[in-house]
Amino acid sequence: MAERYYTETHEWVAVEDGVATIGITDFAQAQLGDVVFLELPRVGKLLEAGDSFGVVESVKAASDLYSPVAGTVLEVNENLNTSPEQVNGDPYGEGWLIRVQLNGDLGQGLLDEAGYESLTHGQSH
Amino acid sequence: MVDFAGWEMPQQYTSVKEEQEAVRGAAGLFDVSHMGRYEVRGDSAADYLQGLVTNDLSRLAPNRAQYNLLCRQDGGIVDDLVVYRSESAWLVVVNAANREKDLAWLRDRAPRDVEVVDRSDELSLIALQGPAAERMLPVEGVDLGAVRYFGMATGRLAGAESLVSRTGYTGEDGFELFVPSTHAGAVWDALVAAGARPCGLAARDVCRLEAGLRLYGSDMDEQTNPYEAGLGWTVKLAKGDFVGREALQGIKNEGPRRELVGLGGADRTIPRHGAVVSLDGREIGVVTSGTYSFWLRRGIGMATIAAGAAPAGSRLGVATRNGEGVAEVVSLPFYRGSARRAAPAQS
Repeated sequence: MAERYYTETHEWVAVEDGVATIGITDFAQAQLGDVVFLELPRVGKLLEAGDSFGVVESVKAASDLYSPVAGTVLEVNENLNTSPEQVNGDPYGEGWLIRVQLNGDLGQGLLDEAGYESLTHGQSH
Repeated sequence: MVDFAGWEMPQQYTSVKEEQEAVRGAAGLFDVSHMGRYEVRGDSAADYLQGLVTNDLSRLAPNRAQYNLLCRQDGGIVDDLVVYRSESAWLVVVNAANREKDLAWLRDRAPRDVEVVDRSDELSLIALQGPAAERMLPVEGVDLGAVRYFGMATGRLAGAESLVSRTGYTGEDGFELFVPSTHAGAVWDALVAAGARPCGLAARDVCRLEAGLRLYGSDMDEQTNPYEAGLGWTVKLAKGDFVGREALQGIKNEGPRRELVGLGGADRTIPRHGAVVSLDGREIGVVTSGTYSFWLRRGIGMATIAAGAAPAGSRLGVATRNGEGVAEVVSLPFYRGSARRAAPAQS
């Protein structure tokens, strides 16, 4: 399993063979509560790092999703159309959102596990 | 955990969806001890309360409860509350956010022989809600089958004398338990052992919304009168004088300017509190409560709109994070649970 990196907006990314798998973190899903719908991009869409690539709508709120990387959307997790709860139940596994073909290096400002841990520490009750 | 009127409360224990399924399918357990519990004592307690609330307490028999409103002189709603009349006492339960305001409101208007006692700390309040509630409740000394909806009885829970009231805020059959706080943990544990599932504020909110029950602070406030909130049925103008009666009579005669309606989201629209509601591009109101209902598989909400602007079946625009969604005006409640009543608490 490739190493995961994190954004300050609570997405995660793991890169293997030039393909980035992106999702939201366990902290994010816990804060959002039960996920209801996801709006995800179509395959082929070009993303810049920091672009909004969709929306996650939970019982509590609708929140934007921001891409940690630049590249082309290769694949979208279609299972989430019928089973959005996978984002809550397995955010780093079955609950992944999109896969992106990188067109460069990983974006600047990504956090490693320890960095993300210290970001979220104390943010929840 | 979230802050709710100064109380640290769980939004959810595990999952809103699963907690709500427990309430609708078996029984859920809610710690609602954040709400205020005041006992009104004194020979003229009944007359005093009758002069403050909108509903008719002269029709409330001992061991019964009644849904009620406190209104200002101008008809604005101070709070909604339930008045419980046991064999020997009058108890009122008020919203957490209004505890101090209501206590002052009650005490400021009390005659010399009436005492309003804050029992919120010594009495905990636990709600057991769902079709299996009667079967799960391990109460001694009460024949629960004989306690009707909005009725109550005194029995023993975990060895402690408690007040058991067949009331709630979910649309389901169930009980609210007034338990000495020293025994609240033991009662909670016994109910969990009996199969009740702990539920947080989010599950409580979606259950009450589906049942068409209003939330003070969202669906109504001091700038809202009972007719605008769809609570005109709680106002008994013929019962005699009470605070706000004259203004409410006037509002009733003229007809309210606004009304509260149910909204069912079309497609993926989830009405959210504060979202502007429009008809043919013209703004007619605002969403007061809204969320996604896993049970009904759609976004649901309530909105305050200009009276008569959009009858049931109308399709309205609802502002969303990324544009405008569509919702249909639907009659309340969205869902009738095991409480099986035509309207809440018409006692």
